[in-house]
Amino acid sequence: MAIPLRLRAAVSISIFALLLILPSCSAQDIQVVNAERRIDLTSHIIKVFLTLKVENTGASPASEILLAFPPTQVDHLAVVKAQVATGKRKKKTYTPLDVNPKELPDAPNGTKYLSISLLNPLAAGEAVTLEVLYILTHSLEPFPVEISQSESQLVYYHDSALILSPYHIKQQITFIKTPTTKVESFTVVDPTHRAGTELKYGPYNDRPPHSYSPVIVHLENNSPFAVVEELVREVEISHWGSLQITEQYKLAHAGARHKGVFSRVEYQSRPGHSGVSSFRHLLARLPPRVHSVYYRDEIGNISSSRLRLGALKSELEIEPRYPLFGGWKATFVIGYGLPLEDFLFESPDGRRYLNFSYGCPLVETVVDKLTIKVVLPEGSKEPSAVVPFPVNQYLEKKYSYLDIVGRTVVVLEKNNVVPEHNIPFQVYYHFNPIFMLAEPLMLTSVFFLLFVTCVAYLHIDLSLRK
Amino acid sequence: MVGKSEPINGTAKSQPPPSPLSPKSPDLLSGYFSFKSLKLKTKQQELLIRVSILCLVYILAFVTRLFSVLRYESMIHEFDPYFNYRTTLFLTEKGFYEFWNWFDSESWYPLGRIIGGTLYPGLMVTAALLYWGLRFLRFAVHIREVCVLTAPFFASNTTILAYFFGKEIWDTGAGLVAAALIAICPGYISRSVAGSYDNEGVAIFALLLTFYLFVKAVNTGSLSWGLASAFGYFYMVSAWGGYVFIINLVPLYVLVLLITGRYSMRLYVAYNCMYILGMLLAMQIRFVGFQHVQSGEHMAAMGVFFLMQVFYLLDWLKHLLSDTKLFQAFLRMTVTSAVGVGAVALGVGTASGYISPWTGRFYSLLDPTYAKDHIPIIASVSEHQPTAWSSFMFDFQILLFLFPAGLYFCFKRLSDATIFIVMYGLTSMYFAGVMVRLILVATPAVCLISAIAVSATIKNLTLLLRAKTKAPQSASGKGGSSGKAASKGSLDQSQPFQKNGAIALLFGAFYLLSKYVTHCTWVTSEAYSSPSIVLAARGAHGNRVIFDDYREAYFWLRQNTPPDAKVMSWWDYGYQITAMGNRTVIVDNNTWNNTHIATVGRAMSSYEDEAYEIMRSLDVDYVLVVFGGVTGYSSDDINKFLWMVRIGGGVFPVIKEPDYLVNGEYRVDKGAAPKMLNCLM
Repeated sequence: MAIPLRLRAAVSISIFALLLILPSCSAQDIQVVNAERRIDLTSHIIKVFLTLKVENTGASPASEILLAFPPTQVDHLAVVKAQVATGKRKKKTYTPLDVNPKELPDAPNGTKYLSISLLNPLAAGEAVTLEVLYILTHSLEPFPVEISQSESQLVYYHDSALILSPYHIKQQITFIKTPTTKVESFTVVDPTHRAGTELKYGPYNDRPPHSYSPVIVHLENNSPFAVVEELVREVEISHWGSLQITEQYKLAHAGARHKGVFSRVEYQSRPGHSGVSSFRHLLARLPPRVHSVYYRDEIGNISSSRLRLGALKSELEIEPRYPLFGGWKATFVIGYGLPLEDFLFESPDGRRYLNFSYGCPLVETVVDKLTIKVVLPEGSKEPSAVVPFPVNQYLEKKYSYLDIVGRTVVVLEKNNVVPEHNIPFQVYYHFNPIFMLAEPLMLTSVFFLLFVTCVAYLHIDLSLRK
Repeated sequence: MVGKSEPINGTAKSQPPPSPLSPKSPDLLSGYFSFKSLKLKTKQQELLIRVSILCLVYILAFVTRLFSVLRYESMIHEFDPYFNYRTTLFLTEKGFYEFWNWFDSESWYPLGRIIGGTLYPGLMVTAALLYWGLRFLRFAVHIREVCVLTAPFFASNTTILAYFFGKEIWDTGAGLVAAALIAICPGYISRSVAGSYDNEGVAIFALLLTFYLFVKAVNTGSLSWGLASAFGYFYMVSAWGGYVFIINLVPLYVLVLLITGRYSMRLYVAYNCMYILGMLLAMQIRFVGFQHVQSGEHMAAMGVFFLMQVFYLLDWLKHLLSDTKLFQAFLRMTVTSAVGVGAVALGVGTASGYISPWTGRFYSLLDPTYAKDHIPIIASVSEHQPTAWSSFMFDFQILLFLFPAGLYFCFKRLSDATIFIVMYGLTSMYFAGVMVRLILVATPAVCLISAIAVSATIKNLTLLLRAKTKAPQSASGKGGSSGKAASKGSLDQSQPFQKNGAIALLFGAFYLLSKYVTHCTWVTSEAYSSPSIVLAARGAHGNRVIFDDYREAYFWLRQNTPPDAKVMSWWDYGYQITAMGNRTVIVDNNTWNNTHIATVGRAMSSYEDEAYEIMRSLDVDYVLVVFGGVTGYSSDDINKFLWMVRIGGGVFPVIKEPDYLVNGEYRVDKGAAPKMLNCLM
């Protein structure tokens, strides 16, 4: 049953090994002509756009480009995407590139590397422009650590004014976008310039490899720091025509902790001023044609939610039982049904596959641990999952209504999930439609037997006396 | 439903007599066959109608209790059910032995509570068994759903039981009416809507079961029915403290039978079997323990038991001694000595402390003013107040008028069974008058007796109507075959008047019964289907506004306080905090320790610095108070505050009620007493 999964793992390991064996061209042969970095600090999910113009100055062609990250950032790295632009300005097409972690023996100060494999090796003297997007989570550190209801939330952002790179960078510039114009302080590394919501570091010229200049930006950020500490999404497939999804959330506010008392009166009478860093509702984007939506927790239904149905997407606005302040937690469950024909398809080889979106439907949230459980119908065989990024997968058994042998559950686990992970994955399995009839047949036979017994009882005289 | 069931049944009952009156075929043989098949058919029809009526009543009883689920959600209501739910959850998760030995440190901090030994486990075990049964049948239900629907399920079962009980004491017609009446009677619905997961839900079933089986045992004198009633009693004891009612009513009934000279071997067998076995079984419940032989409330049953033996002995001696004079002398001697020995034993037992005196609640039942003077904690509960007339009307409606009529019919046809139902009805009506919540106990009796009235009246009326159709036939000379021919002579003379009167009365009965149905539905939907933890109101634009503040608070406590935090609140909220908030409370709804509650009452009503000391000594981390001033919610803590003062003052004389009153008036605004303004509340 697990053979395809294991095969995949083996293949990926061997690819990884190959990559390691490949003779890497020495770092000095490549230099970055121009680098521009834009750091977006408007929400608690930090997006960094990096544009690198790389030139091969060596003699041999280079097939990969390395990105370097300080060890503190690597742990918070959720997504790294790289693409190369080809064509002229108007007809630019972007081609995504593979990004894999790479170990280098002589990394200074524990620097971690990711290597971008180029489509065509970069010949000597040629240049290419790479665009890299990486997303950092949990990288804004609230300071002060505790705030009261009326205060707004201030955070620290740590980074380097210079782009950490194993290559020589000729010219570089960094823009930091802040959510508001309120910036308490920032480290000055000349030339540093601040205008409106933008902070500009650079341009700096001719920096050697691995140069690093730490900066701290102390800024105001009142966007909801919604972190789902654990999310379990259970997708139950019923071949009778519906897909039932149950999502169990453990939500926390990861911002500055709440201090002192919470005054409900003040909170409700002055919504703009009081509790600005707290959040009272969240938006979940659900697929269209969603039905029978519920929102509840361990102690019952939560009566504060709104559902807007649309042709392209449905929006569910949920409100936790209480507004979430820093450090407060809430757990809840969202469940909904979806029409099966939108998500279940038959592949040419006769297998069926579920095509469903990975990731959390809540907008602008980080999920620390996401578990997706795909509950296949009873009697399905040989499940295999295809996920576009590495996940931890294994199989389980589940017993639901009138199950005898139990349902196979494909479990997919991933840590540190951001909205960029909302891309479809597939689960393939074999299923014989005859199994659909097992449960109705069981029920009818039970009722038939019941009535037969009743009839028999009424016609048989069981008394001892005659 | 009620209206429908009756005439059909009446038809079915009186159909066999007319059928032999119309043998059409001259052929004897074929006529015999057609007659036989016809007769079988009517019997089958009658069975079919009866079974389908019962099925409909069964479903109706279940469905009518689902208002709250439809209007709100599938949730547990009120206060006590939350404790029951929590314990059931524990039982299903940890198993029976863990449950039995459970020491709960989350309530009554720092004392704790031995759950296994201080509750009636019947309800939890029932729900857990239902849950395990459904799980075994592969129904993946949640335990909460089982708990929510336990009470309606048992209410449905009670209707079936009411049918059998009615059949036992009167006839099938009365049984059917009783089933229909009890299915929708508000007095019962008030405690058995979906979500009110309380002991009473199953206890009324158990109560009626015990009574039914006991009456059956008395009627048949069969040991097996006696045994069954003992088990019914055991179930009742395991489910609710109201079993005391059974253990006192049954001896009283036996005593009445003895006095009225209805002593029989059947009674002897039934009572002895039920008492001895029931007592032994009841001792298995840890909360009850040896109370059956040690507590004053159970002594009546024991006394009657011994009296029964004396009676038996006398009967035997009377059989031996043929001389009546000698026997009379002997009788006097034996009875005097038996009563004397009993009195001495009781006196010695009470004096030595072996037999405990009556509890406060029991006293307050016999003397309604007792609690008010002596035990404020009992008096503070609204459901322990004496019943107002309006609530009788609210809960019984026409049954209140049918009850005396039913009593009349019962007295007209006195038997062991009707004596029982009369006694049950009268005593429970008295208790219902003393305490609001005991209306529940009276409901089955009221329904049964009213059913007798309805059934007997309608039957008589339909007989009158049918007699008219029979009249021409009787004129043709075939009269005497019917059993009711005796009354026919008198009927014939005033035919038209009686017929019209009967029709009018029938319509009147229909009208009353249909009124009853609408009233019951209205009461159920308006008054008894609110979970009281979620409040709903109509907003300014007619939209529904839901106040879910309780659960908001509890859920906040659950999520955002340290797991070992101690929460102080007034005892009403104790169960809900432990169940929904999952935190330790100081006092809760199991009001077993008056001093502890008084300490909390004192903390609440002291000056803040004094209150701080008290709360430090109790390790309190959080205090939960409810204030409904903003939304206009009246049952908040300010409203309950005077009870805190009274209960606190009952133990700690430092707290004096007059300190909180202004000129004998309770004010909470600016003009309130200074002590009131500066206390913790």
